[in-house]
Amino acid sequence: MTVLDIDKCVGCQLCMFACSRRFGEGGFAKSAIRVKSIGGVERGFTVVVCRACPDPPCMKVCVTNALSLRKGGGVTLNPSKCIGCGRCVDACPLKAVFWDNEANKPNICIHCGYCANYCP
Amino acid sequence: MTLDKILYIDLSKRRFHVRSRPDLFEKHIGGAGVAIRLLLEECPEKADPFGPENPIIFAVGPLTGLFPMASKTVAMFKSPLTGNLGESHAGGRSATAIRMAGYGAMVVKGASETPVYLAIYGSEVHFRDASGIWGIESSYTVGRIVRELESEAGLRTIMRIGRAGEKMVSYASVIVETYRHFGRLGLGAVFGSKKLKAIMICGKHSVKVENPQEYRILYDKIFQLTVKSQLMKKYHDIGTSSNVIPLNELKALPSINLRQTSLKNAENISGENLAEKHLGRRVSCSHCPVACIHLATLREPYEDEPYFYKTTMVPYDYEPIYSLGSMLGLTETDELLKLIDEVETQGLDAISTGVVLAWATEAYEKGLVTSVETMGLELKWGDGEAYREAVRRIVSQPNEFYSNLAKGVEKAALKHGGMDFALSFGGNEMPGYHTGPAAHLTFLTGARHSHLDSAGYSIDEDNAKTGIRMTPRQIAEALFKEESWRQVLSSLVVCFFARGVYKPETVLECLKTVGFNPDISLEDLSRIGVETLKSKNEFKAREGFSHRDLRIPGRIFETETPLGTLEEEFIGEGIEEFFRLLQ
Repeated sequence: MTVLDIDKCVGCQLCMFACSRRFGEGGFAKSAIRVKSIGGVERGFTVVVCRACPDPPCMKVCVTNALSLRKGGGVTLNPSKCIGCGRCVDACPLKAVFWDNEANKPNICIHCGYCANYCP
Repeated sequence: MTLDKILYIDLSKRRFHVRSRPDLFEKHIGGAGVAIRLLLEECPEKADPFGPENPIIFAVGPLTGLFPMASKTVAMFKSPLTGNLGESHAGGRSATAIRMAGYGAMVVKGASETPVYLAIYGSEVHFRDASGIWGIESSYTVGRIVRELESEAGLRTIMRIGRAGEKMVSYASVIVETYRHFGRLGLGAVFGSKKLKAIMICGKHSVKVENPQEYRILYDKIFQLTVKSQLMKKYHDIGTSSNVIPLNELKALPSINLRQTSLKNAENISGENLAEKHLGRRVSCSHCPVACIHLATLREPYEDEPYFYKTTMVPYDYEPIYSLGSMLGLTETDELLKLIDEVETQGLDAISTGVVLAWATEAYEKGLVTSVETMGLELKWGDGEAYREAVRRIVSQPNEFYSNLAKGVEKAALKHGGMDFALSFGGNEMPGYHTGPAAHLTFLTGARHSHLDSAGYSIDEDNAKTGIRMTPRQIAEALFKEESWRQVLSSLVVCFFARGVYKPETVLECLKTVGFNPDISLEDLSRIGVETLKSKNEFKAREGFSHRDLRIPGRIFETETPLGTLEEEFIGEGIEEFFRLLQ
């Protein structure tokens, strides 16, 4: 996933809704992308999303090997191995590992591009 | 997460609890439908709008968080401006945040002895000390501070008042995410009376739907309809300010306190010119691809240092351009933007402020008030600097005259005279349309006395084009139908700008898909709309409102509309017909 021109972002958050909708849900609980203002709407927005690092720090701190290297960068999550410790969240310097409070597991971007279809 | 949970907060006792009220949402959908029931339940008869007993109610609806443009929150309270129904809608991230925090509605009652702000993280409610931010000069600064103090940027809403709310100016607003507002009817003053400076709400729950597959298909249909529609184009490209030129050409743009309906330099303050010279950024409410919020850049040189500039982002829309621009004869864009910025900084409703200043200018011109009352301030059409100072004095209220202005144009005229040109309807200041009888009948009969209640201006505009002339009864029937349907939209809660996308059949489909009620029919929807409208008027009647007491400002009969000069008898008949339909 790449943000092409952040100055075009209007902050509508349709990408965040799209990400959770992949699971047939409304809201943000399963979203692996976040849009927020950079210190107030007047200054514009930032889109936080996994950049698919070739050598992902989140994977390196996973104590149960629930995260494995994805082809093309980033990681894939094996939820049955995940114990919900949250170390991956702390390890990501972009803060792009989000947390699903309802499942108590991370939301990992799979780089499917579904969200991009809804960017107006 | 279901919709039926209501968060009750008591500011006096600093306690809160959650109640599940499925009955309310099943019968009244959500939003306005639920809020008016809660207001009837929670607001004691003849309550003091500034008393701890006046409740503040927020409600969202079954489409919130699920469909695009279902992005608004409905607020209800007893209005300090009109003394009856206070209802105001705002977008930003408010609706999404309330629903994702797990609630369908919130009720805030009581009053704090010391300044307080609320921080709500899902099921946690924190009463935080706000004495350190009470009295801060600019509402922008308050936003910045709360933003830093609380976490979860992007998933939250920050509602806050400015100094106008603290000083209980009857038409003070609540500012949401900097550029959206619960603007009309004085919610900011009710916050102020409770010593409530701000509410931060955040949540990241999910909303489960009955049929995920169908949900995704329907979502895509609505999304495509939205991004390809003309609506998207109009509101996105130039925004609501695209109305300035057509209304000016139609001679329906209220100017100089409605002594005129067009202005020589109106194209200066048109959406086209503002976009070309000032547009800096467009932003959106959460879950809306339209991005109708237009922000202008105002670049001002510092006087004491060469080549040093201050750049401010100022939001503009048609209504503030009308009220703070054409009504005051202010057609210089820099001056207009500076005035809008002052109104934002203080946290006032732009429409009411402009109408109050327009009345004050004419009263000053006519000698009803002198420089003794204005404390040396010379109010002159087009004088932005004087108006900015007047705005600050309406908030600080250094003498009785400014205190009267802070109570609204009708109360000011009661004290100082000039009632004929005090442009308010049902106690609420006039919106920017002098298009013909239907617009004024909307202002008079609408539950909130707002142009958005039943959009009579749009009937007038159509009639001006086609040459059709409607009877008072026909107008009343059309307004009643429109206002009833808008109750459904504001119960879902869908933005009125999306009314072209959310037709009755689509609404029905949405409600069925999300599992709201599989048996709901079009008849049910229209019945709920009418019931909600009647409940609002029931609340108004309970608080002493009668359509027989409605004052019609003489000025509207003096200034011609595109549909000719208005007749008092015609308007009177329209009012009677409308309230007969409400029986």
